[in-house]
Amino acid sequence: MRYLPLSDADRRAMLERIGVADIDALFRDVPEAARLKEPLPLPAHQSELAVDRAFRDYARRNLPAFEHPFFLGCGAYRHHVPASVDHLIQRGEFLTAYTPYQPEIAQGTLQYLFEFQTQVASLMGLEVANASLYDGSTACAEAVLMACRVTRGRRRVVLAGGLHAHYATVAETMTRFGAGEVVRLPVAADDPSGDLARVIAAIDDDTACVVVQSPDLFGHLHDLGPVAEAAHAKGALLVAVVTEAVSLGAVRAPGEMGADIAVAEGQSIGNSLSFGGPYLGLFATRERFVRQMPGRLVGETVDSDGRRGYVLTLSTREQHIRREKATSNICTNSGLCALAFSIHLTLLGEAGLRRLARLNHARAVALRDALAAVPGVEVLTRRFFNEIAVRLPRPATGIVEALAGRGILAGVPAARLYPHQPALADVLILAATETVSEADIETLATALAEEIAR
Amino acid sequence: MSMNRQGRPTTGRETRAAGPATFTGHRALDHEEPLIFETGDAARSGVDIEDPAPFDDALGGLARTAPIGLGGLTEPEAVRHYTRLSRKNFGIDSGLFPLGSCTMKHNPRLNEKLARLPGLADIHPLQPESTVQGALALMDDLARWLLVLTGMPAVALSPKAGAHGELCGLMTIRAALEARGDARRVVLAPESAHGTNPASAALCGYEVRAIPAGADGRVDLAALAAALGPEVAALMITNPNTCGLFERDMLKMAEMVHAAGAFFYCDGANFNAIVGRVRPGDLGIDAMHINLHKTFSTPHGGGGPGAGPVVFSEALAPFAPLPQVVRDEDGSYRLREHPDPDARGVGRMAAFHGQMGMFVRALAYMMSHGQDGLRQVAEDSVLAANYVMASLGNVLSAPFPGPCMHECLFDDRFLKDSGVSTLDFAKALIDEGFHPMTVYFPLVVHGAMLIEPTETESKASLDEFIAAMRALAAAARAGEVERFTGAPYHAPRRRLDETRAARHPVLRWTPPGACDAAE
Repeated sequence: MRYLPLSDADRRAMLERIGVADIDALFRDVPEAARLKEPLPLPAHQSELAVDRAFRDYARRNLPAFEHPFFLGCGAYRHHVPASVDHLIQRGEFLTAYTPYQPEIAQGTLQYLFEFQTQVASLMGLEVANASLYDGSTACAEAVLMACRVTRGRRRVVLAGGLHAHYATVAETMTRFGAGEVVRLPVAADDPSGDLARVIAAIDDDTACVVVQSPDLFGHLHDLGPVAEAAHAKGALLVAVVTEAVSLGAVRAPGEMGADIAVAEGQSIGNSLSFGGPYLGLFATRERFVRQMPGRLVGETVDSDGRRGYVLTLSTREQHIRREKATSNICTNSGLCALAFSIHLTLLGEAGLRRLARLNHARAVALRDALAAVPGVEVLTRRFFNEIAVRLPRPATGIVEALAGRGILAGVPAARLYPHQPALADVLILAATETVSEADIETLATALAEEIAR
Repeated sequence: MSMNRQGRPTTGRETRAAGPATFTGHRALDHEEPLIFETGDAARSGVDIEDPAPFDDALGGLARTAPIGLGGLTEPEAVRHYTRLSRKNFGIDSGLFPLGSCTMKHNPRLNEKLARLPGLADIHPLQPESTVQGALALMDDLARWLLVLTGMPAVALSPKAGAHGELCGLMTIRAALEARGDARRVVLAPESAHGTNPASAALCGYEVRAIPAGADGRVDLAALAAALGPEVAALMITNPNTCGLFERDMLKMAEMVHAAGAFFYCDGANFNAIVGRVRPGDLGIDAMHINLHKTFSTPHGGGGPGAGPVVFSEALAPFAPLPQVVRDEDGSYRLREHPDPDARGVGRMAAFHGQMGMFVRALAYMMSHGQDGLRQVAEDSVLAANYVMASLGNVLSAPFPGPCMHECLFDDRFLKDSGVSTLDFAKALIDEGFHPMTVYFPLVVHGAMLIEPTETESKASLDEFIAAMRALAAAARAGEVERFTGAPYHAPRRRLDETRAARHPVLRWTPPGACDAAE
């Protein structure tokens, strides 16, 4: 077996040193009834070549984004990732390191996480960011739990209608047996100002936080200022959610608009779609809340020779020290995805991020214009970044299936996320990133017109 | 996992390890690397991006105009920056990494290659199911391997890491209890449990009560019997436990727990020791998470991403979270993403369907080993740990007699009156070219050193480690205190001042002249 270095001679010598006759003697504490007597009904070991073939087979049965006009978003976005990003994260010293508990030999991880925290805080327009959480949805749920802690015993959590359906469900799951009481406001694809008005109206004296996504699930951009003001007037926090991190290069930062906690899905920058994971949660907040933050934090310090270095810090918030009193149970987070994010963002730099965001926006504007010209299509989103919602003359799911049959991945039917809401059945959500060409948009518009006319 | 709670960060020693100071501050291959914000600037970029034709924006007055504060680097600068940073890290690729309870085994590169196949990496989680049949088949096959290996009837793939899996398991238990109108409020966990266990239980709204360990390092059955009662929802056990021992009385414990109307949760962090030899389902458990980034070799990546699928007994299966992959009679796959109207499950743990990239790697690992290779994995990992234990037994101090499973535990009695602490000893091991073992965990022994060599070390590598450990133990006994209290001497950094970092947190870079952003 190519991954197991011990030879039979080694094994015999080792058993002899231990002083037992055979390997079974080392498993003698296992109850007799639980010892497997027969091999399990699974295949035997296989060569690298054979395994490689098997996985190419799985891969062949999928329709990958790069080969087709591709317009899916809704929390996961296809962007071009520079080749050097994936090369660098595969350096074994990054890839095969553990959580940096021994800082003297983990300065590489610790320094990139310190840089990552700085980048995330800057993007969000807030003062501090942690070293990542699992993904945007769990980061959102952690923000809700943190808001309940910060507001000391308040229980009500108000979720805007435009919050990604999965994020809302995860927040419900995470608060179900503990801190909060989630209020989900009604979902409407075409009423962004009504959405915010409903959020503001729902804030009361027991409200710990309101959670508003911008751009929201249907692509609408929101000015969070008025919500922040309304929340703060009642002593509640504003949690801002971003599922498309590239938007932060074009749209006012959550912190600038008054958010107290900002969370985002960071996948867009540096990470592939990968069928939904692994992704990375970005989490930023104001300095005064730092001791209530979940997750790891890296801080600057010096070593005993006085040289600058980095360590995990404020660990008394964390499970390995505080156990049941920790701010979160999180241990393993998304270190390597954070590295990919940080390298990609470093390569972009501020100028590159702004150019990338502008190009995304330009493509989405072109998509809107092309779809608005298709008979029977109504564009629902007026103020957006790179994602829009449209209403089709009949259920979107069937049309998307038909277009997939023609090799066009046309977007996400709102019904995929809200199967039981008839009002959303005809709504299709489409994203256009820099990977979408003018020709792709034309192909989509033409095919969509044909399908609608069918 | 590992802890530095009893840490002694600085020693006050000023001497550098070797040689005169250099002009640059670099030391040959060890470069002093500035932060990207100190070398990059806002205008520089390593990505060429086309300029779109002029257009009217649709941002509706929400355009970001203020500077963001990001530095940029060109590609050659960035590649050098990250390459230099990587050289300051110790990974499994660098050397033996015996971090107990973390299973730092070799990460096969085939798995990295396969996870990057465009047909697996470049697919969107919300594509029509008809366009991702291969991905769903892969998830279903992974599920089948996990079910056969654990002997359990159901699995939830979506949890993102071990702690997330624990939470998933406990929430499922709570949902099952509530469905029968049973409002139990207490979770029992041994003192030796991972910190995530009580943290997850608390997040699930449970009060956590600790069960003391017996003199043999295992759960004290009398203490368990006394603690069990109608308010107990679950017992959380790690098996093999964090002392590296198999819980001999698992079957008895399962019986006691079930008789009390509670559920039996097993932390599967240490599944590596028994995979292919023992099925947790035969031990009477109701739920167990499996760290794919431990037993099934997906890379730890400097702290993630991981993946923590949870297997369930029949009693808990109906309450497991969504989504689930379903295979229809015609052989096609679909996802069950939304609860039925009368569903009693816990809902959704995270967006989308789980850590697909980790599923690919873990399944490739399983298929490469096969049932025969996986059994060999367990045997070689247990053999290696017992070999280390036997080879160090007469110089270090083991609190519990063997055989151990895949990790062996020592305490600090052998350092008594030497002036050397467990932390010092670990730091000296860094100078010898090894990653330290887990220290000060589990909490049930004083100055713990938990050593997990894994099955991917050669005998020569184990022998070198053993020789180094013996030499260090001899040096400590011989009074060479400074070799330990000043260590590491040869690492990219000497001991770091953790107290300063915590007292005056600096959590981000700020431009020179600006006030510190952090308090």
